[in-house]
Amino acid sequence: MAENDYALEVNDLTVAYEHEPVLWDIDLDVPSGVIMAIVGPNGAGKTTLIKAILGLIEPAAGQVLIFDQPYNEQRHLVGYVPQRRSVDWDFPTTVEDVVMMGLYGQLGWIKRPTRHHRAITHEALEKVGIVNLADRQISQLSGGQQQRVFLARALVQDAQVYFMDEPFQGVDATTERAIVTLLQELRQQGKTIIVVHHDLQTVTEYFDWVTLLNVRKIASGPVEWTFTAENLRETYGGRVSFLKSQPEMMQPGQEQ
Amino acid sequence: MEGVMIILSDLLFDYTMRTVALGSAILGLVSGALGTYAVLRKQSLLGDAMAHAALPGVVLAFIIFRSRAPFVLMMGAIISGWLGTLLIINIIKLTRVKEDSALGLILSVFFGFGLMLLTYIQRIPDARQAGLDRFLFGQAAALLQSDILTMAYVGGAALIIMVVFWKEFKLLSFDREFGASLGFSMQGLDILLTTLIVIAIVIGLQTVGVVLMSAMVVAPATAARQWTNRMHIMVILSAIFGALAGIIGTVISGLGPRIPTGPTIVLSISIIVLISLLLAPNRGLTWRWIKNIRNKNKIELETVLLDLYTLATKHDKPTHGHSINVLDTMHTGTHGTLNTLKELQKQDLVEHQEKDIWSLTQGGWQKAQDLAKERGKTS
Repeated sequence: MAENDYALEVNDLTVAYEHEPVLWDIDLDVPSGVIMAIVGPNGAGKTTLIKAILGLIEPAAGQVLIFDQPYNEQRHLVGYVPQRRSVDWDFPTTVEDVVMMGLYGQLGWIKRPTRHHRAITHEALEKVGIVNLADRQISQLSGGQQQRVFLARALVQDAQVYFMDEPFQGVDATTERAIVTLLQELRQQGKTIIVVHHDLQTVTEYFDWVTLLNVRKIASGPVEWTFTAENLRETYGGRVSFLKSQPEMMQPGQEQ
Repeated sequence: MEGVMIILSDLLFDYTMRTVALGSAILGLVSGALGTYAVLRKQSLLGDAMAHAALPGVVLAFIIFRSRAPFVLMMGAIISGWLGTLLIINIIKLTRVKEDSALGLILSVFFGFGLMLLTYIQRIPDARQAGLDRFLFGQAAALLQSDILTMAYVGGAALIIMVVFWKEFKLLSFDREFGASLGFSMQGLDILLTTLIVIAIVIGLQTVGVVLMSAMVVAPATAARQWTNRMHIMVILSAIFGALAGIIGTVISGLGPRIPTGPTIVLSISIIVLISLLLAPNRGLTWRWIKNIRNKNKIELETVLLDLYTLATKHDKPTHGHSINVLDTMHTGTHGTLNTLKELQKQDLVEHQEKDIWSLTQGGWQKAQDLAKERGKTS
């Protein structure tokens, strides 16, 4: 792959529910090998954007390219971590079983996982630090452990581009650190990670790329140029208490 | 006792009895196994709507083909049950009508139409003998060998499809969107699984009836969920419970002259559910109740032990004694400190020094120290 190739390219993406636009004419170019945050207020369409990119929601218009090819042909390069709360954690299954689901795409229809796939699963569980919970029923997990299960499931997908919906939501501090370390490892391997994120305080620390979203795309680019007070005000409508409490973080942007 | 022996021998050798028992077992097996998905996908009520929606299909199939061959009626039931389900799903998707209203609406409209058709065919000569009204409450005694064979073929096919698409159906039930992101056609799988559940319901209509059939879908799976945390075991257990209820129901209804089989089967599975809800380990009510009491006791013991430890750390030797009054004031709300101390004494963790003065033993000191460390870590 050439250096200037975009991992993800979104063109004119529009999503509407009952004629009400939820996402309006989104254009995105995300270079390969970055960790990008998608931030914006509640109802800004962050989750919708990810789901529309992944084809889980039918967009009214738009085009999604992964490494220059249409998404449908590149699906095998894409990994997905949905919101932790989107599933029933009382489902009668084990940690190992859930993680194994990440391999179903490679397996294809009807074929069953083999010992080889179990080995991959355990490797991923080890990476997220819960290999000891492999046989545990998933209802016995804490929030942080649930999130690690979802991450392990994405790891076994061995994707090039990852989409994660609020992976830091409701996890303990240890898990949060572990996830950040994991994301950085993935980036070192040249993978691209796109994260819906809520906590503005940690954007500069965890991410090197950011997209500010509020139905429209407000801005997208490297954190140091894009994560500015002005852009944030435009995204959140001037009601960001964060701006007052942490003005020093805005510095690079303001100088620009 | 003798009566039971006769029933059991009938079960093996009497044609009618054997046919009915076999039919009930098949229906229990198939609806139990596939009902697992309805329960796990929180679609229990959909089963009820499907069963009721199947009724007009049965009657229409008879009117059109003038045949009461089990396969013809079953196909009618499947198509109409399926159509009802499709309507429900689309009403929810396309209008502002909520799920419960959509279910109620389709259930009553289809069922009402079915009843109307039933009344209408009473007037057709030679239709009266068709006995289609047995689909309302079920009439197991009327089962013929040809019915059983049809049930076995259709149900067997449904179960085979379930096993073939095991992995995909699990994905659909647990995390539909993730499955879609992997490239599986979740809508296609949904339609297939829904069809299988409709089939499971239709198989039982003749025996259990439209009105009670949804119990055979929901109840075995609900009972099975209590005993296991693994999906494949849940499916197997649910199938066994369903089949067992079918056979037990048949046997009980065989005991007396006017005991209807369908309702008895449903009662049998209800008792299995009741037992499971009460007695199953971990998820059962009794188990939880015991665990609660144990937890409470443990917390009480640990609190007093830690209080004594806190007091003792203020003195030079671990076994320094303290008054029960001090301990009483330290932990709020509960009484019976004395009882707790006596319980701790039995475990050799504290000792009684004099009057109301108690102290930690060496072992108690150790234990309290470990506990304090553990608590410090978690909090």
